[in-house]
Amino acid sequence: MLRDIAKSIGYDDPLEPYLSKLEALLSADYIILKRSVALLLLQEDKEILQEVRNKEGEGFDEILNIIEQAQKHYSQSLSYIISVRRQREASRIAKTVMVFKESAKLPLKERLSRTMMNPFIGGPILLIILYYGLYKFVGTFGAGVLVDFIEDRIFIKHINPFMTNLVNNFVPLKILQDLLVGEYGIITLGVRYAFAIILPIVATFFFAFAIVEDTGYLPRLAMLVDQLFKKIGLSGRAVIPLVLGLGCDTMATMVTRTLPTKRERIIATLLLALAIPCSAQMGVILALLGDNPFGLIVWLAVIIGVFMLVGYLASKIMPGELPTFYMEIPPLRLPQISNIFRKTATRLKWYFWEVLPLFILASVMIWLGQITGVFSFLVRILEYPIRWIGLPSEASVAFLFGFFRRDYGAAGLYDLKKAGLLSANQIVVACVTLTLFLPCIAQLLMNIKERGIRLGMAMSVFILIFSFSIGYLVNLALTLLKVQL
Amino acid sequence: MLSERAEEILEALWIQIEEGKKSLDLGAIRDDPAVEELLKLGLIRRDAGHIHLLEKGKSHALGCCRRHRLAERLLTDVFEVKKQVIDEVSCKFEHLLHEGLEDKVCTILGHPKVCPHGKPIPAGKCCSEKKQKKPIKVVSALTELETKDKGQIAFLQARDKACMHKLMSIGVLPGMSISLLQKFPSYVISLGQSQFAIDKELASSIYVRLTK
Repeated sequence: MLRDIAKSIGYDDPLEPYLSKLEALLSADYIILKRSVALLLLQEDKEILQEVRNKEGEGFDEILNIIEQAQKHYSQSLSYIISVRRQREASRIAKTVMVFKESAKLPLKERLSRTMMNPFIGGPILLIILYYGLYKFVGTFGAGVLVDFIEDRIFIKHINPFMTNLVNNFVPLKILQDLLVGEYGIITLGVRYAFAIILPIVATFFFAFAIVEDTGYLPRLAMLVDQLFKKIGLSGRAVIPLVLGLGCDTMATMVTRTLPTKRERIIATLLLALAIPCSAQMGVILALLGDNPFGLIVWLAVIIGVFMLVGYLASKIMPGELPTFYMEIPPLRLPQISNIFRKTATRLKWYFWEVLPLFILASVMIWLGQITGVFSFLVRILEYPIRWIGLPSEASVAFLFGFFRRDYGAAGLYDLKKAGLLSANQIVVACVTLTLFLPCIAQLLMNIKERGIRLGMAMSVFILIFSFSIGYLVNLALTLLKVQL
Repeated sequence: MLSERAEEILEALWIQIEEGKKSLDLGAIRDDPAVEELLKLGLIRRDAGHIHLLEKGKSHALGCCRRHRLAERLLTDVFEVKKQVIDEVSCKFEHLLHEGLEDKVCTILGHPKVCPHGKPIPAGKCCSEKKQKKPIKVVSALTELETKDKGQIAFLQARDKACMHKLMSIGVLPGMSISLLQKFPSYVISLGQSQFAIDKELASSIYVRLTK
């Protein structure tokens, strides 16, 4: 039956005889029809070519020969010829069973869609979505209300004392107790960090992201920014990992896998690590700069400037094929709540599977750093660049710990601000540097995992030097221009 | 109907007139039967070593010249024939442009005024009739269309295989109906029952046969 249908879609003259010849030459057993194998061969399908090479042995040369002969009859590639033929057949079938009514008036959905793709209205729409979705829902509700509840009510009050008790009673060695339930222990820090801080933030973010995703807004955003993104070596498609980066850069780095070329993946990874602040970072920045709108503007301008500049330079330096952009614009839809929950749950599961081990590793590293004295050594080294960018050396601790535990870095800077050790200018410089600085150890490890050890480390060294250089320049500019923010 | 050779001679005579000369030196065409043909029809006059265009022959000569230069335009602009062979091909092509074909070609090309060498193309009936209306394009790259233009995909001309595959993967194939919804900041096309956003590079690879 299937065989008959497959046969009935005949190809034009020179192609059909070659197909039969190929079919006859295929002697091994394939799971799919030999005709399908022959068609895939003519379309230069790499996987099938490899499989046939392995299975046919000596007969393979003759098969290659036939493919080459068939191609000689056409000026275009055979995959094109075959696709055109299939398209014609599909259209013919569709025509016999489908009728489309043309309505004179555009439906509301379609008009809304056009509005979203309008370059002048699209911008404000984006701002509204960012404000309510990101700032209000993720920032205020997720990172504020939920984090406070889970961390204070559940972990600090119940889980941590319980686990500490348990470990202290059953694990004999002090050093191992520290590893598990110490100040930076796997349970008290790693697990708590993952569940009490990251979970509510990323869960609310993924929830908001799933809603935005399911409405079909993202491809419309991608088409709006494509030309701009081409300047930084990316295509509009990259808007998805970059927006996701506003939630969690580590997750977003993983999502760069969806970008089509290696060049785009590298540029996107670099920009995520450097200039896209994650939701935890933005929490810090808003806390520090919330009372200083002008400082917030300076911070935003510097970050956007760095984003464009580094993207532009990276696209000039990086070899490789230039990005092309093509994306389906699906119809706008009202998201289904069950889908949103399922999607959020799947992402969270995936996320924890990949990221939780990194938090545990971070706990182990802090533990090692503490007992070996590497930490106090690093803090002293960091004091140099910290002073260089015009900050008090006390900020060094905040920077280093912020790398391992974001809220610690925030609290550190916040305490310094409260103690009156930081001027408004210094806070802006600290925010710029902290944003550009590697966001967290999880992302460093993810960069290495995704981009390889050499590129991952090279990026980190570049970011380390670059972030402090920009901090230095901002400090210098503010001083020279005698600006008091 | 004039022979091809006779048309060539009329065209050469017209070029002489354009250049301000009155006659054409017979030289190599002294014994050409086409000269005889033209004399018989009363389109030219002959004296010692020259031929002259008569009033009656002028419209014929004008038409020959127009067809030649339109052919040149068509071959360069639409078919992208190489410069080296353009003369040779258009010399053959021009003779096919009779019976209203020349006006159709002229319309497709948007009533051009000069040939690729910069010489004037004599105006035809079609040029004065439709002067105010915008040129009717027949086949055009997607990037040249206006929003809301509709048509069928005529052919694809992609930079490389990868581009071609990208287009094919979203169903951009000859014969599909397509309409242009938006040009800025990206191209948005409606293809069958779906919509796609593509960049300029891909859009310029799609050639559309327009329908009104």
